[in-house]
Amino acid sequence: MNKSLQLVIVGVGGQGILTVSDILGTAAIEEGLNAVMSEVHGMAQRGGVVTTEMKIGNFSSPLVADGEADIILGFEPAEAYRILTKASKKTRVVTNVEPLIPTSVSIGQAKYPDVQQLLQNMKDSGLSVVGVNAVELASKAGSAMAGNVVMLGAMSALDNFILSRESMEKALKKRISPKLLDVNLKAFELGYESARKKGDS
Amino acid sequence: MKPRDILEGKKGDKHFVLGNEAIVRGALEGGLAFAATYPGTPSSEIGDILWDIANPAGTYFEFSINEKVAMEVAASAAACGLRSIVFMKHVGLNVAADPFMTTVYTGTKGGFLVIVADDPSMHSSQNEQDSRYYAEISRAPMLEPADPLEAYQMMKEGFLLSEQLQLPFLVRTTTRVAHIRSVVEFGELGGRKLEGEFEKNAPRWVPIPAFARTMHQELQKRLVQAREMSESSPFNREEAVGNEPKVGVITSGCAYNYVIDVAEAHGLSLRILKLGMTSPLPEKMIEKFLRECREVLIVEELDPYLEEHVRVIAQRCRLDVNIKGKHDGTFSVMYEYNPDIVKNALLKFLSKPAENSVINVQPVELPPRPPVLCPGCSHRATYYAAKVALRKSRIKDAIFPSDIGCYTLGIQPPSSMADYLLCMGSSMGTGCGISKATGKTVIAFIGDSTFFHSGVAGLINAYHNNHSFLAVILDNRTTAMTGHQPNPGLSCESCGVASPPVDIEGLVKAIGIEYVKTVDPYSVDDTVTAFQEALSRKGLSVIISRRECALVSARVRRKSGKRTVYGIKQDTCSKCYVCVTQFACPAFYKEDNGSVHINAALCDGCSVCAQICPTKSIEVKDHE
Repeated sequence: MNKSLQLVIVGVGGQGILTVSDILGTAAIEEGLNAVMSEVHGMAQRGGVVTTEMKIGNFSSPLVADGEADIILGFEPAEAYRILTKASKKTRVVTNVEPLIPTSVSIGQAKYPDVQQLLQNMKDSGLSVVGVNAVELASKAGSAMAGNVVMLGAMSALDNFILSRESMEKALKKRISPKLLDVNLKAFELGYESARKKGDS
Repeated sequence: MKPRDILEGKKGDKHFVLGNEAIVRGALEGGLAFAATYPGTPSSEIGDILWDIANPAGTYFEFSINEKVAMEVAASAAACGLRSIVFMKHVGLNVAADPFMTTVYTGTKGGFLVIVADDPSMHSSQNEQDSRYYAEISRAPMLEPADPLEAYQMMKEGFLLSEQLQLPFLVRTTTRVAHIRSVVEFGELGGRKLEGEFEKNAPRWVPIPAFARTMHQELQKRLVQAREMSESSPFNREEAVGNEPKVGVITSGCAYNYVIDVAEAHGLSLRILKLGMTSPLPEKMIEKFLRECREVLIVEELDPYLEEHVRVIAQRCRLDVNIKGKHDGTFSVMYEYNPDIVKNALLKFLSKPAENSVINVQPVELPPRPPVLCPGCSHRATYYAAKVALRKSRIKDAIFPSDIGCYTLGIQPPSSMADYLLCMGSSMGTGCGISKATGKTVIAFIGDSTFFHSGVAGLINAYHNNHSFLAVILDNRTTAMTGHQPNPGLSCESCGVASPPVDIEGLVKAIGIEYVKTVDPYSVDDTVTAFQEALSRKGLSVIISRRECALVSARVRRKSGKRTVYGIKQDTCSKCYVCVTQFACPAFYKEDNGSVHINAALCDGCSVCAQICPTKSIEVKDHE
């Protein structure tokens, strides 16, 4: 059977989602796989929701159909929840558990839901969910900015993720500037270990 | 990938490229010599890349003042024999439509490609017009790529086709072509002709009525050739999926990709006519396809452009074939397609049951997250000062025409200062109309790049026709929304040559306007005073609110490593929430106990919140 993976990455403008997508595409080429991906640019990037959809394998179109995501990678828990229309029972969800509070909440026009409840709801519906504290692990790796690579590492530990850890690390080396590489490799490692442990439990 | 890789990538290299990156590489391989644009999503990255690599590539590139000028600059270079491109978003082609229409009459000498990027679903736009109709009304031939690879091929091939017919070609992309990545194998960078020459020939280049009539005849002759080109173009091809398909799909652009993926995933049998040269259409090819199919579904985004042509062909050839698309309601004329829309239509078309595997989760009310002005954004500070000045001047019913840029986000509460919007540069003209029609206080906002683009004409109109309103030029020293491109207000290096900046204040004063005041919106009191002064006057006033975009200054700061972060003194904070509810910087957050805090990771250090805090409880917490 042909290797394939349909992936939805969601978060908020400024979280480094485009960098992660670029690394994934580079890793796919590294393994000789075809990849198609769709990005969001322009207005939506100003603190709005950013969604990247990526299909690795024998695909032509850049968008993932409802219920067809193999993995949902959430950089922000409420946004991961919002995109669950892409999920079926086979979908694995990996999400950062640290919320980014939207202005609608800080000015008192909306409420932010309880993150643990969101995760519980996902589990109750039969989804496999791994929660990662990307902010904490990124700081531990040496830079709060490396949360995106923590999430990438966490996703790489899933059993249905088809790219090898070696090609992911090769892609990191190609796409991250040498100055920041060590911190990012560490962030990748911490994310990977965190998700592997939770996956085992 | 880095812009330099697009130039330096070797033949045979495989890269994961964005549609817009593929366009640049294809153009360079095709011998690009000359390029101009005004930035607009989803076409902007083409210009960003060329800005970085045009000089080493030996190609001329400029960010023109607007799309019309860009079209004129590029069309005339192409008339001098240079392979040229001009590119813009769909609404940009409206601005450039005047020269574009006539450049099809005069024709071209060097290959000339007009790239127009449509935005179905309006991810970053004010409308979702289908620019394929520009091919109809101008008669320019058109190529419509489905993905980055085809965009790359069409750019390369497009120059040759354009030179063969001596006509400009439209290359129409959409968001899901321009902003998708896929694998493209690079070819050889071709040689390019960089020196143009202009051959004087008035009957060819000067469309006075006598010559224009002949030009139109000549255009019709070339279109006969163009149609033959379309019949044999490798971009128009038939393919089949599944076994012995009897039903057909005619499709173009990114819609084709959904058809292929859905057919594969659901084991459907289809004959597919995939059209890439969509003006003029290959009518004989379409006629043959229609004759061989029992039923045909037209899968295209936005308007029924292909469908109407196909229906005309069917009627003319008296073909009894069942055609479905937009006219029968199978598809909508609104919004971009996705795999679900195409799947549902195809399954219904083939009388197969619909499928749904979406998981059921407990519905939860999630907070909306629309795009907002960034922490430290000078526009927020300007809007705040305007609000305070209106309150102090006891004006309650002011009306705020807005314009295209980040500052349109001022539509969100608590600013709520965007009441009417049409297009780039419109707020100066709409300021005239609304103030004259209502007699109310009108404050019209416009950005620096937008002012140069087309606002300046509206401001001259306002002065000359005695209009009375306050025009606020939000000069953040960049073209921010599209990704920080330069504009005429800035001095910058273009193709290795320093370009002189245009002084907005001098320009506005030269019109004759009396009240022209430049303020720094980070100085809240001064800005409020200027607004109060301007609001107390009759006639036309201008405030130039100048402060560099916070994203640009943050980038500079990151390099220097110096950063200031503000914090809230909890012991003096009275919890009045002015900072949260009236200023609403995204760096503020409220704890459950009602205390307000500043997220240090988001704080830009602009100091505006510290100036507006009634109890002076916000102060510098940290220098990093």
